[in-house]
Amino acid sequence: MKIARLIARLDIKGSNLIKGIHLEGLRVIGSPNEYALRYYNQGVDELIFMDCVASLYGRNHLGDIISAATKDIFVPFTVGGGIRSIEDARQILRAGADKVAVNTAAVANPQLITEISQQFGCQCMVLSIAAVQVEQGRWEVRTDSGREHTGLDVVEWAKRGVALGAGEILLTSVDREGTRKGYDVELVKAVTKEVSVPLMASGGMGNPEDLISLFQDGDASAAVMADILHYNRAKISDIRAVAQKAGLGVRHFAEA
Amino acid sequence: MQKPEVTVIDYGVGNLLSVKRGLEHCGAVVTISSDAKTILSSSLVVLPGVGAFGNAMEALVALGLVDVILEVFQRQTPLLGICLGMQLLLDKSDEFGSTKGLGIIPGSVIPIPAKTVSGEAQKIPHIGWTSLSVSDSYANWDNTILGNNVSGDAAYFVHSFMATPLDTRHCIADCYYGGHKVVAVIQRDNTIGCQFHPEKSGNVGLNILKNFVLQLEPLKRT
Repeated sequence: MKIARLIARLDIKGSNLIKGIHLEGLRVIGSPNEYALRYYNQGVDELIFMDCVASLYGRNHLGDIISAATKDIFVPFTVGGGIRSIEDARQILRAGADKVAVNTAAVANPQLITEISQQFGCQCMVLSIAAVQVEQGRWEVRTDSGREHTGLDVVEWAKRGVALGAGEILLTSVDREGTRKGYDVELVKAVTKEVSVPLMASGGMGNPEDLISLFQDGDASAAVMADILHYNRAKISDIRAVAQKAGLGVRHFAEA
Repeated sequence: MQKPEVTVIDYGVGNLLSVKRGLEHCGAVVTISSDAKTILSSSLVVLPGVGAFGNAMEALVALGLVDVILEVFQRQTPLLGICLGMQLLLDKSDEFGSTKGLGIIPGSVIPIPAKTVSGEAQKIPHIGWTSLSVSDSYANWDNTILGNNVSGDAAYFVHSFMATPLDTRHCIADCYYGGHKVVAVIQRDNTIGCQFHPEKSGNVGLNILKNFVLQLEPLKRT
């Protein structure tokens, strides 16, 4: 059976965990390390740390947060936000990240995808795509936390990114992000049917049942969640139980 | 009691900090090094690795570490290869043409099939938590590095290639991806390889690291 992953996404501004709607209107939630540890203890499969203001201001505060997290959290970390070069990627991997997620810099310089993939392995290179629907069945790639238009078609860009060496895709629906309206399964499906690498879907998880269609119809490899966990509307264990009840493959996790 | 000392071989790839932290969590004092003397004087050695097989072998050759690792094996010093570090233990890999490996465990490294056993396209790399099962040649995991785990426990995998040892007696644990059997843990003498990342596999992985750090150590003294 295919085993789908349950991933918590921690959007970070400075040293704070924050949450927005449509990647805007950021609200402070608390300490990223405290929340990360809580989700680890609940049995989260992976964590994503995203510095959501880094690409606007060209800085990255994540190194310390990641290094601290490696002391007591033993699941994979994907880290993104403001990664512009091989050197940035090297720094963040050295700080304890397993994968780097690149969005803005990959659009500006697609060759960076190939460079990171060749240097550190394709499993390290996550192509992060922020998508905004432009018409029925068509989505545009956005950069800089969803603000900047690129004119690129999401499906075409995903295919190109994989051809360039991306080993995984993190697909965020800007339209659904923070809205609790459920994942944009149509968007997810449009991408998964065209690419051979695993896809992590982000944006819109309103209740645990939203997973069912994401995995069954969207064929996503992972569900990324933030709001539902940060506001304690559900625990990872609740979400895992819903998935299991629906017959979806999820990790066998025994609470310590 | 003195803390067990582990040397993690540094050949310029991957997230070594997490490996270090995982071993420290299990009570080890960890040194990250590419120095032959340091590696050979260590009571426990870890060969980590992510990325491409060819690049990794090139780096090991350039640093003069191939013979050092072979000596670690010959001296029966407990050695744990993780992910690519496990694949490097085999004779060769088909990744980007054929590349010679360390040749500690006979067999080769081949691509994960692109289709499931029922013929459907499957996602490559294999990324995620997959349950481990006891290999055919073992009745159970008693007195192995998987000692505190049970069949069905899941570990975190991320790989596009897989090891195929020639001698099934070298296989301790398997997993299944798209219905294909994938070798998950291998062992020959005191050299062990894990295809998954124990340092990223929660308590299941920490159990493995603990067994390596604490229980395997007395082996060297006998």
